[in-house]
Amino acid sequence: MITIITNNELSTGIETSKRADGRAFDELRPIKIEAGVLKRADGSAYLELGGNKILVAVYGPRELHIRRLMQPNRAVLRCRYNMAPFSVDGRKRPGPDRRSVEISKITSEALSPAVFLEKFPRSTIDVFIEVLEAEGGTRCAGITAASVALADAGVPMRDIIVSCAAGKADGQVVLDLSETEDKEGEADMPIAIMPRTGEITLLQSDGHLTSEEFEKALDLAINGCKKISEEQKKAILSRYG
Amino acid sequence: MVTIIPEIIRESITNLVKNGERSDGRAFYEYRGISLETGVIEKAEGSARVKIGNTQIMIGTKPQIGEPFPDTPNVGVLMTNSELLPMAAPDFEPGPPDERSVELSRVTDRCIREAGVVDLDKLVIIEGEKVWMIFLDLHVLDYDGNLIDAAVLGSIAALINTKIPETRIEDGEIIVDHEKMISLPVKEKALMTTFAKIGGELIVDPSLEEEQIMDARISIGIREDGSICAMQKGGANPLTKEEVIMAISKSQEITKELREHLPKN
Repeated sequence: MITIITNNELSTGIETSKRADGRAFDELRPIKIEAGVLKRADGSAYLELGGNKILVAVYGPRELHIRRLMQPNRAVLRCRYNMAPFSVDGRKRPGPDRRSVEISKITSEALSPAVFLEKFPRSTIDVFIEVLEAEGGTRCAGITAASVALADAGVPMRDIIVSCAAGKADGQVVLDLSETEDKEGEADMPIAIMPRTGEITLLQSDGHLTSEEFEKALDLAINGCKKISEEQKKAILSRYG
Repeated sequence: MVTIIPEIIRESITNLVKNGERSDGRAFYEYRGISLETGVIEKAEGSARVKIGNTQIMIGTKPQIGEPFPDTPNVGVLMTNSELLPMAAPDFEPGPPDERSVELSRVTDRCIREAGVVDLDKLVIIEGEKVWMIFLDLHVLDYDGNLIDAAVLGSIAALINTKIPETRIEDGEIIVDHEKMISLPVKEKALMTTFAKIGGELIVDPSLEEEQIMDARISIGIREDGSICAMQKGGANPLTKEEVIMAISKSQEITKELREHLPKN
Protein backbone atom coordinates (compact mmCIF):
# COMPACT_ATOMS: atom_id res chain seq x y z
CA MET A 1 0.00 0.00 0.00
CA ILE A 2 1.22 3.48 -0.87
CA THR A 3 -0.36 6.54 0.76
CA ILE A 4 0.09 9.86 -0.99
CA ILE A 5 -0.12 13.14 0.92
CA THR A 6 -0.81 15.96 -1.53
CA ASN A 7 0.03 19.60 -1.07
CA ASN A 8 -3.13 21.27 -2.37
CA GLU A 9 -2.90 25.06 -2.24
CA LEU A 10 -6.00 25.84 -4.33
CA SER A 11 -8.72 27.89 -2.64
CA THR A 12 -12.17 26.35 -2.58
CA GLY A 13 -14.10 29.38 -3.91
CA ILE A 14 -16.90 29.95 -1.41
CA GLU A 15 -18.42 33.01 -3.14
CA THR A 16 -20.88 31.98 -5.85
CA SER A 17 -19.92 34.67 -8.35
CA LYS A 18 -16.16 34.04 -8.20
CA ARG A 19 -14.49 30.88 -9.46
CA ALA A 20 -12.01 28.64 -7.64
CA ASP A 21 -9.08 30.64 -8.99
CA GLY A 22 -10.79 34.02 -8.31
CA ARG A 23 -11.80 34.79 -11.91
CA ALA A 24 -15.16 36.24 -12.96
CA PHE A 25 -17.38 33.91 -15.09
CA ASP A 26 -16.35 35.70 -18.31
CA GLU A 27 -12.69 36.20 -17.49
CA LEU A 28 -9.78 34.56 -19.36
CA ARG A 29 -6.65 33.32 -17.63
CA PRO A 30 -3.58 35.56 -18.16
CA ILE A 31 -2.36 35.15 -21.76
CA LYS A 32 0.96 35.81 -23.49
CA ILE A 33 1.78 35.11 -27.16
CA GLU A 34 5.11 35.50 -28.92
CA ALA A 35 5.76 34.95 -32.65
CA GLY A 36 8.97 33.74 -34.27
CA VAL A 37 10.71 31.94 -31.40
CA LEU A 38 12.49 29.11 -33.27
CA LYS A 39 15.40 29.30 -35.74
CA ARG A 40 14.90 26.28 -37.99
CA ALA A 41 11.11 26.32 -38.41
CA ASP A 42 9.56 28.44 -41.20
CA GLY A 43 7.18 29.91 -38.63
CA SER A 44 6.74 29.51 -34.89
CA ALA A 45 4.85 30.80 -31.88
CA TYR A 46 4.96 30.39 -28.11
CA LEU A 47 1.82 30.79 -26.02
CA GLU A 48 1.13 30.83 -22.30
CA LEU A 49 -2.47 30.71 -21.08
CA GLY A 50 -2.72 30.32 -17.33
CA GLY A 51 -0.51 27.32 -16.61
CA ASN A 52 -0.41 26.15 -20.25
CA LYS A 53 2.84 26.49 -22.14
CA ILE A 54 2.54 25.69 -25.86
CA LEU A 55 5.13 25.84 -28.62
CA VAL A 56 4.13 25.57 -32.28
CA ALA A 57 6.31 25.23 -35.37
CA VAL A 58 5.18 25.41 -39.01
CA TYR A 59 7.07 23.99 -41.98
CA GLY A 60 5.92 24.66 -45.51
CA PRO A 61 4.33 24.86 -47.92
CA ARG A 62 6.84 22.11 -48.83
CA GLU A 63 7.10 18.98 -50.92
CA LEU A 64 4.91 16.09 -49.77
CA HIS A 65 6.79 12.80 -49.89
CA ILE A 66 3.85 10.51 -49.11
CA ARG A 67 2.10 10.12 -52.45
CA ARG A 68 -1.15 8.68 -51.14
CA LEU A 69 -1.76 11.85 -49.07
CA MET A 70 -1.09 14.16 -52.00
CA GLN A 71 -3.98 16.27 -53.32
CA PRO A 72 -3.72 17.23 -57.01
CA ASN A 73 -5.53 20.55 -56.58
CA ARG A 74 -4.47 21.80 -53.15
CA ALA A 75 -2.04 21.48 -50.25
CA VAL A 76 -2.75 19.26 -47.27
CA LEU A 77 -2.47 20.75 -43.81
CA ARG A 78 -1.05 18.15 -41.42
CA CYS A 79 -1.12 18.69 -37.67
CA ARG A 80 0.65 16.83 -34.91
CA TYR A 81 -0.46 17.59 -31.35
CA ASN A 82 2.01 16.13 -28.88
CA MET A 83 2.39 16.36 -25.11
CA ALA A 84 5.82 16.41 -23.49
CA PRO A 85 6.30 13.57 -20.97
CA PHE A 86 6.88 16.18 -18.23
CA SER A 87 3.88 18.39 -19.15
CA VAL A 88 1.41 16.71 -16.77
CA ASP A 89 1.28 15.60 -13.12
CA GLY A 90 2.19 11.96 -13.79
CA ARG A 91 4.48 11.14 -16.70
CA LYS A 92 2.88 11.04 -20.13
CA ARG A 93 4.31 8.16 -22.15
CA PRO A 94 5.97 9.58 -25.26
CA GLY A 95 4.31 9.07 -28.64
CA PRO A 96 0.79 9.41 -30.00
CA ASP A 97 -2.27 8.04 -28.18
CA ARG A 98 -5.96 8.06 -29.18
CA ARG A 99 -6.54 11.46 -27.57
CA SER A 100 -3.64 13.19 -29.32
CA VAL A 101 -4.55 11.63 -32.69
CA GLU A 102 -8.11 12.96 -32.40
CA ILE A 103 -6.91 16.42 -31.34
CA SER A 104 -4.46 16.48 -34.26
CA LYS A 105 -7.31 15.70 -36.68
CA ILE A 106 -9.74 18.31 -35.37
CA THR A 107 -6.94 20.90 -35.19
CA SER A 108 -6.14 20.36 -38.85
CA GLU A 109 -9.84 20.73 -39.70
CA ALA A 110 -10.15 23.84 -37.54
CA LEU A 111 -7.22 25.60 -39.25
CA SER A 112 -7.74 24.49 -42.88
CA PRO A 113 -10.72 26.76 -43.77
CA ALA A 114 -8.57 29.87 -43.18
CA VAL A 115 -5.62 28.80 -45.33
CA PHE A 116 -5.48 29.31 -49.12
CA LEU A 117 -4.58 25.63 -49.60
CA GLU A 118 -5.62 25.76 -53.28
CA LYS A 119 -2.57 27.93 -54.00
CA PHE A 120 -0.18 25.03 -53.25
CA PRO A 121 -1.27 21.86 -55.08
CA ARG A 122 0.59 18.61 -54.27
CA SER A 123 2.33 20.12 -51.24
CA THR A 124 2.04 20.01 -47.48
CA ILE A 125 1.93 22.52 -44.66
CA ASP A 126 3.03 20.87 -41.42
CA VAL A 127 1.95 22.20 -38.03
CA PHE A 128 3.70 20.75 -34.98
CA ILE A 129 2.05 21.58 -31.64
CA GLU A 130 4.08 20.75 -28.53
CA VAL A 131 2.40 20.99 -25.14
CA LEU A 132 5.30 21.73 -22.79
CA GLU A 133 3.02 22.20 -19.78
CA ALA A 134 -0.70 21.46 -19.60
CA GLU A 135 -3.31 23.10 -17.39
CA GLY A 136 -6.65 22.60 -19.13
CA GLY A 137 -7.66 23.84 -22.59
CA THR A 138 -4.50 22.76 -24.42
CA ARG A 139 -6.27 22.01 -27.73
CA CYS A 140 -7.66 25.58 -27.88
CA ALA A 141 -4.32 27.08 -26.87
CA GLY A 142 -2.63 24.92 -29.54
CA ILE A 143 -4.98 26.12 -32.30
CA THR A 144 -4.58 29.77 -31.24
CA ALA A 145 -0.78 29.46 -31.24
CA ALA A 146 -0.79 27.49 -34.52
CA SER A 147 -2.55 30.37 -36.32
CA VAL A 148 0.14 32.79 -35.16
CA ALA A 149 2.87 30.36 -36.28
CA LEU A 150 1.17 30.01 -39.72
CA ALA A 151 1.12 33.81 -40.05
CA ASP A 152 4.78 33.92 -38.94
CA ALA A 153 5.60 31.38 -41.69
CA GLY A 154 4.00 33.72 -44.24
CA VAL A 155 1.31 31.20 -45.21
CA PRO A 156 -1.47 33.12 -47.01
CA MET A 157 -4.69 33.08 -44.96
CA ARG A 158 -8.22 34.53 -45.11
CA ASP A 159 -8.29 35.02 -41.37
CA ILE A 160 -6.43 34.17 -38.19
CA ILE A 161 -8.30 31.30 -36.53
CA VAL A 162 -8.74 31.70 -32.80
CA SER A 163 -9.94 29.16 -30.27
CA CYS A 164 -11.31 29.20 -26.75
CA ALA A 165 -13.50 27.02 -24.54
CA ALA A 166 -16.55 27.73 -22.41
CA GLY A 167 -18.39 25.30 -20.21
CA LYS A 168 -20.14 24.77 -16.92
CA ALA A 169 -18.44 24.44 -13.56
CA ASP A 170 -19.95 24.69 -10.06
CA GLY A 171 -23.40 25.17 -11.67
CA GLN A 172 -22.26 28.30 -13.50
CA VAL A 173 -21.59 28.84 -17.23
CA VAL A 174 -17.98 30.03 -17.42
CA LEU A 175 -15.31 31.01 -19.95
CA ASP A 176 -11.90 29.32 -20.42
CA LEU A 177 -12.05 26.37 -18.02
CA SER A 178 -9.03 25.67 -15.87
CA GLU A 179 -7.76 22.13 -15.34
CA THR A 180 -9.76 21.68 -12.11
CA GLU A 181 -12.93 23.14 -13.66
CA ASP A 182 -12.52 20.85 -16.67
CA LYS A 183 -12.06 17.75 -14.49
CA GLU A 184 -14.68 18.51 -11.86
CA GLY A 185 -17.08 20.67 -13.89
CA GLU A 186 -20.30 19.65 -15.62
CA ALA A 187 -19.44 20.54 -19.23
CA ASP A 188 -16.61 21.66 -21.49
CA MET A 189 -17.10 23.09 -24.98
CA PRO A 190 -14.06 24.12 -27.01
CA ILE A 191 -14.70 26.15 -30.17
CA ALA A 192 -12.62 27.85 -32.87
CA ILE A 193 -13.82 30.68 -35.09
CA MET A 194 -12.77 32.89 -37.95
CA PRO A 195 -13.01 36.21 -36.10
CA ARG A 196 -13.81 38.36 -39.18
CA THR A 197 -16.91 36.39 -40.16
CA GLY A 198 -17.72 34.63 -36.90
CA GLU A 199 -17.86 31.25 -38.70
CA ILE A 200 -17.20 28.24 -36.48
CA THR A 201 -14.42 25.86 -37.56
CA LEU A 202 -14.25 23.70 -34.43
CA LEU A 203 -16.96 22.68 -32.04
CA GLN A 204 -16.77 19.93 -29.48
CA SER A 205 -18.70 19.41 -26.31
CA ASP A 206 -18.75 16.97 -23.49
CA GLY A 207 -20.91 16.96 -20.38
CA HIS A 208 -24.38 18.21 -19.62
CA LEU A 209 -25.78 21.52 -20.95
CA THR A 210 -29.39 22.68 -21.51
CA SER A 211 -29.99 24.49 -24.81
CA GLU A 212 -30.14 27.83 -22.92
CA GLU A 213 -26.83 27.07 -21.26
CA PHE A 214 -25.37 26.04 -24.63
CA GLU A 215 -26.32 29.37 -26.20
CA LYS A 216 -24.88 31.26 -23.26
CA ALA A 217 -21.67 29.22 -23.38
CA LEU A 218 -21.35 29.74 -27.15
CA ASP A 219 -21.69 33.53 -26.77
CA LEU A 220 -19.16 33.50 -23.95
CA ALA A 221 -16.70 31.46 -26.00
CA ILE A 222 -17.10 33.71 -29.06
CA ASN A 223 -16.42 36.78 -26.90
CA GLY A 224 -13.41 35.02 -25.38
CA CYS A 225 -12.14 34.24 -28.89
CA LYS A 226 -12.42 37.91 -29.85
CA LYS A 227 -10.31 38.94 -26.85
CA ILE A 228 -7.66 36.32 -27.67
CA SER A 229 -7.74 37.42 -31.31
CA GLU A 230 -6.47 40.85 -30.21
CA GLU A 231 -3.53 39.16 -28.45
CA GLN A 232 -2.71 37.19 -31.62
CA LYS A 233 -2.64 40.41 -33.65
CA LYS A 234 -0.44 42.09 -31.04
CA ALA A 235 2.04 39.20 -31.19
CA ILE A 236 2.28 39.38 -34.98
CA LEU A 237 2.51 43.19 -34.97
CA SER A 238 5.24 43.26 -32.35
CA ARG A 239 7.32 40.97 -34.58
CA TYR A 240 6.55 42.55 -37.94
CA GLY A 241 4.71 45.84 -37.25
CA MET B 1 14.90 13.22 -46.20
CA VAL B 2 18.54 13.63 -47.20
CA THR B 3 20.15 17.00 -46.66
CA ILE B 4 22.42 17.94 -49.54
CA ILE B 5 25.31 20.28 -48.74
CA PRO B 6 26.62 22.32 -51.66
CA GLU B 7 30.30 21.58 -52.36
CA ILE B 8 31.04 25.34 -52.29
CA ILE B 9 29.90 25.56 -48.64
CA ARG B 10 32.01 22.54 -47.72
CA GLU B 11 35.04 24.15 -49.35
CA SER B 12 34.52 27.57 -47.85
CA ILE B 13 34.10 26.24 -44.27
CA THR B 14 37.11 23.92 -44.68
CA ASN B 15 39.30 26.72 -46.09
CA LEU B 16 38.28 29.04 -43.26
CA VAL B 17 39.26 26.41 -40.67
CA LYS B 18 42.60 25.83 -42.42
CA ASN B 19 43.23 29.58 -42.02
CA GLY B 20 42.41 29.42 -38.31
CA GLU B 21 38.92 30.92 -38.71
CA ARG B 22 35.26 29.84 -38.45
CA SER B 23 32.29 31.01 -40.48
CA ASP B 24 30.60 32.64 -37.47
CA GLY B 25 33.80 34.36 -36.33
CA ARG B 26 34.43 32.12 -33.31
CA ALA B 27 37.80 30.85 -32.12
CA PHE B 28 38.40 27.06 -32.41
CA TYR B 29 37.73 26.42 -28.71
CA GLU B 30 34.95 28.93 -28.20
CA TYR B 31 31.29 28.02 -27.53
CA ARG B 32 28.36 29.94 -28.94
CA GLY B 33 26.27 31.94 -26.44
CA ILE B 34 24.82 29.68 -23.72
CA SER B 35 21.63 30.31 -21.78
CA LEU B 36 20.32 28.02 -19.09
CA GLU B 37 17.10 28.48 -17.09
CA THR B 38 15.79 26.03 -14.51
CA GLY B 39 12.36 25.44 -12.96
CA VAL B 40 10.62 26.47 -16.19
CA ILE B 41 7.93 23.72 -16.07
CA GLU B 42 6.00 23.84 -12.81
CA LYS B 43 4.38 20.42 -13.29
CA ALA B 44 7.75 18.74 -13.75
CA GLU B 45 9.61 17.89 -10.53
CA GLY B 46 12.71 19.34 -12.19
CA SER B 47 13.22 21.18 -15.47
CA ALA B 48 15.65 23.20 -17.55
CA ARG B 49 15.64 25.03 -20.85
CA VAL B 50 19.09 25.14 -22.42
CA LYS B 51 20.21 27.09 -25.46
CA ILE B 52 23.60 26.85 -27.16
CA GLY B 53 23.44 29.35 -29.99
CA ASN B 54 20.09 28.58 -31.64
CA THR B 55 20.05 24.95 -30.50
CA GLN B 56 17.35 24.62 -27.87
CA ILE B 57 16.36 21.68 -25.63
CA MET B 58 13.70 21.50 -22.93
CA ILE B 59 14.42 18.92 -20.24
CA GLY B 60 12.02 17.66 -17.59
CA THR B 61 12.32 15.08 -14.83
CA LYS B 62 9.54 12.90 -13.43
CA PRO B 63 9.96 10.62 -10.40
CA GLN B 64 7.88 7.46 -10.08
CA ILE B 65 7.91 4.68 -7.53
CA GLY B 66 8.76 1.34 -9.08
CA GLU B 67 10.59 -1.91 -8.63
CA PRO B 68 14.40 -2.04 -8.91
CA PHE B 69 16.10 -4.13 -11.58
CA PRO B 70 16.66 -7.69 -10.23
CA ASP B 71 20.46 -7.44 -10.67
CA THR B 72 20.67 -4.12 -8.76
CA PRO B 73 18.09 -4.47 -5.96
CA ASN B 74 19.54 -1.72 -3.75
CA VAL B 75 19.85 1.23 -6.12
CA GLY B 76 17.29 3.57 -7.72
CA VAL B 77 16.67 3.81 -11.45
CA LEU B 78 17.50 6.63 -13.87
CA MET B 79 15.96 6.49 -17.34
CA THR B 80 16.98 8.90 -20.08
CA ASN B 81 14.79 9.35 -23.13
CA SER B 82 15.01 11.87 -25.96
CA GLU B 83 12.74 13.02 -28.74
CA LEU B 84 14.05 14.81 -31.81
CA LEU B 85 10.79 16.62 -32.40
CA PRO B 86 9.78 17.18 -36.02
CA MET B 87 9.46 20.87 -35.06
CA ALA B 88 13.23 21.09 -34.46
CA ALA B 89 14.42 20.58 -38.05
CA PRO B 90 12.88 20.05 -41.50
CA ASP B 91 14.43 16.57 -41.77
CA PHE B 92 13.27 15.28 -38.37
CA GLU B 93 10.27 12.99 -38.85
CA PRO B 94 7.51 12.12 -36.38
CA GLY B 95 7.46 8.54 -35.15
CA PRO B 96 9.46 6.25 -32.89
CA PRO B 97 12.98 7.45 -31.96
CA ASP B 98 15.42 7.04 -34.86
CA GLU B 99 19.13 6.17 -34.47
CA ARG B 100 20.19 9.80 -33.91
CA SER B 101 17.69 10.17 -31.09
CA VAL B 102 18.72 6.85 -29.52
CA GLU B 103 22.40 7.84 -29.71
CA LEU B 104 21.66 11.20 -28.07
CA SER B 105 19.81 9.68 -25.13
CA ARG B 106 22.28 6.83 -24.69
CA VAL B 107 25.35 9.10 -24.74
CA THR B 108 23.69 11.52 -22.32
CA ASP B 109 22.67 8.63 -20.07
CA ARG B 110 26.17 7.13 -20.15
CA CYS B 111 27.83 10.40 -19.15
CA ILE B 112 25.40 10.89 -16.25
CA ARG B 113 25.39 7.26 -15.10
CA GLU B 114 29.12 6.55 -15.33
CA ALA B 115 30.06 9.82 -13.61
CA GLY B 116 27.74 8.95 -10.74
CA VAL B 117 25.86 12.24 -11.08
CA VAL B 118 22.87 11.04 -9.06
CA ASP B 119 23.47 9.11 -5.84
CA LEU B 120 21.20 6.20 -6.78
CA ASP B 121 21.84 4.44 -3.42
CA LYS B 122 19.78 7.17 -1.76
CA LEU B 123 16.75 6.47 -3.99
CA VAL B 124 15.89 3.16 -2.33
CA ILE B 125 12.60 3.09 -0.40
CA ILE B 126 12.42 -0.64 0.49
CA GLU B 127 15.50 -2.61 -0.55
CA GLY B 128 14.78 -5.03 -3.40
CA GLU B 129 11.13 -3.95 -3.56
CA LYS B 130 10.49 -0.23 -4.05
CA VAL B 131 12.81 2.46 -5.38
CA TRP B 132 12.48 5.88 -7.00
CA MET B 133 12.70 5.77 -10.79
CA ILE B 134 13.77 9.13 -12.23
CA PHE B 135 12.68 9.73 -15.82
CA LEU B 136 14.79 12.32 -17.64
CA ASP B 137 13.06 13.44 -20.83
CA LEU B 138 14.90 15.51 -23.43
CA HIS B 139 12.61 17.46 -25.73
CA VAL B 140 14.66 18.85 -28.64
CA LEU B 141 12.89 22.03 -29.81
CA ASP B 142 15.36 23.64 -32.24
CA TYR B 143 18.33 21.89 -33.84
CA ASP B 144 21.23 24.11 -34.87
CA GLY B 145 24.13 21.73 -34.15
CA ASN B 146 25.77 20.11 -31.09
CA LEU B 147 22.81 18.48 -29.36
CA ILE B 148 25.01 16.29 -27.10
CA ASP B 149 26.66 19.10 -25.12
CA ALA B 150 23.33 20.92 -24.74
CA ALA B 151 21.63 17.70 -23.63
CA VAL B 152 24.18 16.92 -20.91
CA LEU B 153 24.40 20.53 -19.65
CA GLY B 154 20.60 20.82 -19.51
CA SER B 155 20.18 17.38 -17.93
CA ILE B 156 22.59 18.14 -15.10
CA ALA B 157 20.78 21.46 -14.50
CA ALA B 158 17.37 19.72 -14.51
CA LEU B 159 18.62 17.05 -12.06
CA ILE B 160 19.99 19.73 -9.70
CA ASN B 161 16.59 21.45 -9.95
CA THR B 162 14.65 18.23 -9.16
CA LYS B 163 12.70 17.88 -5.92
CA ILE B 164 11.17 14.54 -4.91
CA PRO B 165 8.73 13.93 -2.06
CA GLU B 166 10.09 12.50 1.17
CA THR B 167 9.13 8.89 1.86
CA ARG B 168 8.87 6.99 5.13
CA ILE B 169 7.51 3.63 6.18
CA GLU B 170 4.78 3.40 8.81
CA ASP B 171 3.30 -0.02 9.69
CA GLY B 172 4.65 -1.55 6.48
CA GLU B 173 3.03 1.20 4.39
CA ILE B 174 4.98 3.68 2.26
CA ILE B 175 4.04 7.29 3.04
CA VAL B 176 4.83 9.67 0.14
CA ASP B 177 4.83 13.14 1.67
CA HIS B 178 4.38 15.89 -0.96
CA GLU B 179 4.49 18.51 1.80
CA LYS B 180 8.15 17.67 2.34
CA MET B 181 10.00 17.94 -0.96
CA ILE B 182 13.71 17.16 -0.93
CA SER B 183 16.39 17.82 -3.54
CA LEU B 184 17.56 14.91 -5.64
CA PRO B 185 20.98 13.77 -4.33
CA VAL B 186 23.29 15.18 -7.06
CA LYS B 187 26.90 14.53 -6.08
CA GLU B 188 28.80 15.12 -9.32
CA LYS B 189 28.49 17.59 -12.19
CA ALA B 190 30.01 15.86 -15.19
CA LEU B 191 29.76 17.69 -18.52
CA MET B 192 30.45 16.86 -22.14
CA THR B 193 32.25 18.77 -24.87
CA THR B 194 32.01 17.86 -28.54
CA PHE B 195 34.65 18.55 -31.17
CA ALA B 196 34.26 18.37 -34.94
CA LYS B 197 37.19 17.47 -37.18
CA ILE B 198 37.25 19.73 -40.23
CA GLY B 199 40.25 20.16 -42.55
CA GLY B 200 42.45 18.21 -40.12
CA GLU B 201 41.65 20.59 -37.22
CA LEU B 202 39.46 20.15 -34.14
CA ILE B 203 36.85 22.79 -33.32
CA VAL B 204 34.55 22.78 -30.31
CA ASP B 205 30.74 23.16 -30.32
CA PRO B 206 30.12 22.62 -34.05
CA SER B 207 27.30 24.67 -35.56
CA LEU B 208 24.76 22.97 -37.84
CA GLU B 209 26.76 23.91 -40.95
CA GLU B 210 29.97 22.62 -39.42
CA GLU B 211 28.28 19.37 -38.34
CA GLN B 212 26.93 18.82 -41.85
CA ILE B 213 30.39 18.93 -43.43
CA MET B 214 32.58 17.56 -40.61
CA ASP B 215 34.76 14.50 -41.22
CA ALA B 216 34.43 13.13 -37.69
CA ARG B 217 33.15 14.04 -34.26
CA ILE B 218 34.34 13.26 -30.75
CA SER B 219 32.45 13.91 -27.51
CA ILE B 220 34.21 13.68 -24.15
CA GLY B 221 32.55 13.58 -20.74
CA ILE B 222 34.65 15.03 -17.90
CA ARG B 223 33.97 14.83 -14.17
CA GLU B 224 34.71 17.71 -11.77
CA ASP B 225 38.12 16.21 -10.90
CA GLY B 226 39.11 16.13 -14.60
CA SER B 227 38.74 12.36 -15.05
CA ILE B 228 36.97 10.96 -18.10
CA CYS B 229 33.53 9.37 -17.64
CA ALA B 230 32.29 8.85 -21.20
CA MET B 231 33.35 9.21 -24.82
CA GLN B 232 31.63 8.83 -28.15
CA LYS B 233 33.17 9.09 -31.59
CA GLY B 234 30.90 9.86 -34.52
CA GLY B 235 31.15 10.58 -38.23
CA ALA B 236 32.33 8.47 -41.15
CA ASN B 237 36.06 9.35 -41.03
CA PRO B 238 38.81 8.33 -38.59
CA LEU B 239 40.61 10.32 -35.89
CA THR B 240 44.29 10.01 -34.99
CA LYS B 241 45.50 9.09 -31.49
CA GLU B 242 47.01 12.60 -31.16
CA GLU B 243 43.67 14.19 -32.03
CA VAL B 244 41.85 12.19 -29.36
CA ILE B 245 44.47 13.07 -26.69
CA MET B 246 44.28 16.73 -27.72
CA ALA B 247 40.46 16.66 -27.48
CA ILE B 248 40.63 15.22 -23.95
CA SER B 249 43.01 17.88 -22.67
CA LYS B 250 40.98 20.70 -24.25
CA SER B 251 37.81 19.17 -22.84
CA GLN B 252 39.29 19.19 -19.33
CA GLU B 253 39.87 22.97 -19.65
CA ILE B 254 36.58 23.84 -21.35
CA THR B 255 34.26 21.87 -19.02
CA LYS B 256 35.52 24.07 -16.13
CA GLU B 257 34.13 27.14 -17.92
CA LEU B 258 30.93 25.34 -18.93
CA ARG B 259 30.30 24.31 -15.33
CA GLU B 260 29.98 28.03 -14.38
CA HIS B 261 26.59 28.05 -16.16
CA LEU B 262 25.11 25.44 -13.79
CA PRO B 263 22.95 26.46 -10.84
CA LYS B 264 24.29 25.84 -7.32
CA ASN B 265 22.86 22.84 -5.50
